[in-house]
Amino acid sequence: MAFYVVQFLTGLASAASLFLVASGLSIIFGVTRIVNFAHGAFYMIGAYIAFTLTERLSGAFGFWGAIVVAAFAVALIGVLVEMVLLRRIYHAPELFQLLATFGLTLMVEDLVVLIWGPDDLVGRRAPGFKGAIDFFGQNIPSYDLFLIVLSPVVLGILWLLFQRTRWGVLVRAATQDRDMVAALGVNQKWLFTSVFAVGVFLAALGGALQIPRDAVHHAMDLRIIVDVFVVVVIGGLGSIVGAFVAAVLVSELNAFGILIFPKISIILVFLVMAVVLIVRPWGLFGRPEAPARRTPGLTVNPWRPLTSNERLAALAALVVAASLPLFAGNYALTVGSEIAIFVIFAVSLHFLMSVGGLASFGHAAYFGLGAYGVAFLAKMAGLPMIVCLLLGPLLGCMGAAVFGFFAVQLSGVYFAMLTLAFAQIVWSIAFQWVSVTGGDNGILSIWPEKWAASPSHFYWLALGVAALVTIALRVMVFSPFGYALRATRDSLLRSEAIGINAKRMQWTAFVIAGTTAGIGGALFAYLKGSVFPDNLGISLSVDALVMVLLGGVETVSGGVIGAIVYKALNIWLVSQTDLSKLVLGGFIVLIVVVFPKGIVGMLEMLAQRRRKTSPPGSPLLAKPIESAE
Amino acid sequence: MSVAPPLLAVEGLTKSYGGIHAVRGVSFSLRAGEILALIGPNGAGKSTCFDMLNGQNRPDSGHVRLLGEETTGKKPRDVWRMGVGRTFQITATFATMTVRENVQVALISHGKQLFNLWGSAPNVDRGEAGRLLELVGMGGYADRPCGELAYGDLKRLELAVALANQPKLLLMDEPTAGMAPRERVELMRLTAQIAREKSIGVLFTEHDMDVVFEHADRIIVLNRGMLIAEGSPAEVRGNPQVQAVYLGEGLLYDAEHREGASA
Repeated sequence: MAFYVVQFLTGLASAASLFLVASGLSIIFGVTRIVNFAHGAFYMIGAYIAFTLTERLSGAFGFWGAIVVAAFAVALIGVLVEMVLLRRIYHAPELFQLLATFGLTLMVEDLVVLIWGPDDLVGRRAPGFKGAIDFFGQNIPSYDLFLIVLSPVVLGILWLLFQRTRWGVLVRAATQDRDMVAALGVNQKWLFTSVFAVGVFLAALGGALQIPRDAVHHAMDLRIIVDVFVVVVIGGLGSIVGAFVAAVLVSELNAFGILIFPKISIILVFLVMAVVLIVRPWGLFGRPEAPARRTPGLTVNPWRPLTSNERLAALAALVVAASLPLFAGNYALTVGSEIAIFVIFAVSLHFLMSVGGLASFGHAAYFGLGAYGVAFLAKMAGLPMIVCLLLGPLLGCMGAAVFGFFAVQLSGVYFAMLTLAFAQIVWSIAFQWVSVTGGDNGILSIWPEKWAASPSHFYWLALGVAALVTIALRVMVFSPFGYALRATRDSLLRSEAIGINAKRMQWTAFVIAGTTAGIGGALFAYLKGSVFPDNLGISLSVDALVMVLLGGVETVSGGVIGAIVYKALNIWLVSQTDLSKLVLGGFIVLIVVVFPKGIVGMLEMLAQRRRKTSPPGSPLLAKPIESAE
Repeated sequence: MSVAPPLLAVEGLTKSYGGIHAVRGVSFSLRAGEILALIGPNGAGKSTCFDMLNGQNRPDSGHVRLLGEETTGKKPRDVWRMGVGRTFQITATFATMTVRENVQVALISHGKQLFNLWGSAPNVDRGEAGRLLELVGMGGYADRPCGELAYGDLKRLELAVALANQPKLLLMDEPTAGMAPRERVELMRLTAQIAREKSIGVLFTEHDMDVVFEHADRIIVLNRGMLIAEGSPAEVRGNPQVQAVYLGEGLLYDAEHREGASA
């Protein structure tokens, strides 16, 4: 019995940091509507700065002072980030904000290693809370008890702040209706900045308070952000009480999950989240989300199929690509195969995002499932390569069918978070179910058969499949299905009023995209000769998002161009610099701020501008183009 | 006169939100080819009533029948499949598609081609889409992006979309709201003409009494969720209860002046 009580208390103590970070994320979202992916990064910087300060300053005052100073310092960094970056993208679509803050996270990960080194840092114990308390023969660290008391105290302070101060009233008003608050003469800029500072302060405090419990390391940002997403989604974005309740719930699930289901402890939390989202899509304490706003600057030109000249150009490009083995070496061909595979991956997500309007943050799950599908078939069933390639993607298809069914019940940020969570479930299964998946060691030696073994043959195979997939998806964009899917993206109300079952359309699109991603994954398994949990990890999902955005979401061929440019750049960067994450993160931020339309979108815009200035343009055609810009 | 059920029969429709009785026991019917206006002051329950007719909202009790078939409890998309088109108070169109494509999507849905992954959508029912656009006077705009249309044109496009499934009944929620006076007259004249030619029943809510009295065959008046009057424009205009509800909105003055002008 005593053991379970201690386990319960440990859970409560873990909830403290989670609550601090989650409440910060929630407050920021409530007012600015930004889901701050970089919140984990601020948490991590808080821990690192607190570590350095506690090492320098001595005594109890030094320790606790260092914690508070660290949190304030990070809040200051937050203010800087808000003023320099976020102010430029408040009116961008939610997806862009998530992505920009993700880029920031990548940059921070490299910067932290640059400053503090790659090794884990073990911090000092907290003065006054060094010992443990005996509880019927079980030890409870006294620092845990301190944390248990701390979170309700913070909750109380936040409550007072929001209920009893003028600032709090403004924040609550802005959470309900930003535009109204602005119309009443409140300086919105500074309100947003201050809210962001408070949110970041809480995250950094959460990180700083972790140092007596856990080592500080440079991957703690991603670990906490996934948990925090789960917490705010269960509790309801924008609700502090919700963050508190959900932080306790998640921490207890973790604490007891390990005892009851040691193999699937991670999954338990995500299952609870999935159930909550389906029963109450806006979380336990949240309010239903307002419909996503359309961005005024991003007017869309109606799409059209390629003209016959453009088709010839595309064919010529394909022929040039196919002639690569005539003059390139083996390394270039392997890179070429990888790029072709990522084209498949990117166009599958692009189809879902641009036509369906559904931004999946966990698309790698289906890519990875396709890869594992091949691995199972090849290693366990010993099937020939061609059969594996045909059947392997079906695992991605099945995964997409199951998860997609739940995911399409939601939209916007919640859809993004749920897909992310599902990807994490799949990842943790691959990671934890060692007897089947090999866990972290993966499944090795999946080599192509002789007919596809040479780099040039495999390259042709990958290129051919990529071309087929791209053509097939393009045909679908301009099929009746594609039209109807776009219709559900543009107006749910109208599409429902003309007999379209939007959820079924979206589900179908999700399955198509998942299966296509699975095809890419299947080829990837043969290219690398192995499968690892990383093949369905978050960073791969984000790679896909970046490729799509880089190419341009609101174009038809953005996926292809984005994948080629991004993947080539990525491979080149990794070979050139140790700070690839820093460069890549900066690159992402740059795209979001400077080229929100992506490469293809930019080219289209330039082409139009040229057409507009050329005199013989018919007035009927020229006019829509003018206003589309 | 005949035993055939009316096009639309509404019986004892009731809806409450907490303690507020938005709609209380509303009953009326509508014949094919008839244009019926649903009027009432703000908060009378018009929109709630309207939304319950096509499944946007579910009544607490009461029935809505289309040609004798129950539509209550059905989803909007299923009601549409039964032959009910609708336009919205604030237009809902597909902003990133062209005007023609907007109509084509409705035709694709009507032709049950939604899950056709391989056909060429630009060619689906292109002619029919063109005809519908001609019908509402939008033929010259077919290739324009829908996002850049003027508001009045969006309303006409919505009408074309609503006509795509050859509806028996057209529901129009404040069809002329936000339009210039001349556009209002044009749109309603067009609607009335189409309704008579194709024998479509039209139910519309409207605040502009000029539009109502000029185009409605019959008017029903809602106040505080209850039906307080029903009849021809002349009857409704002379109804003292209606006058009491609308007093202060200049209706009496308007009515007197117009009697002489339009007679």
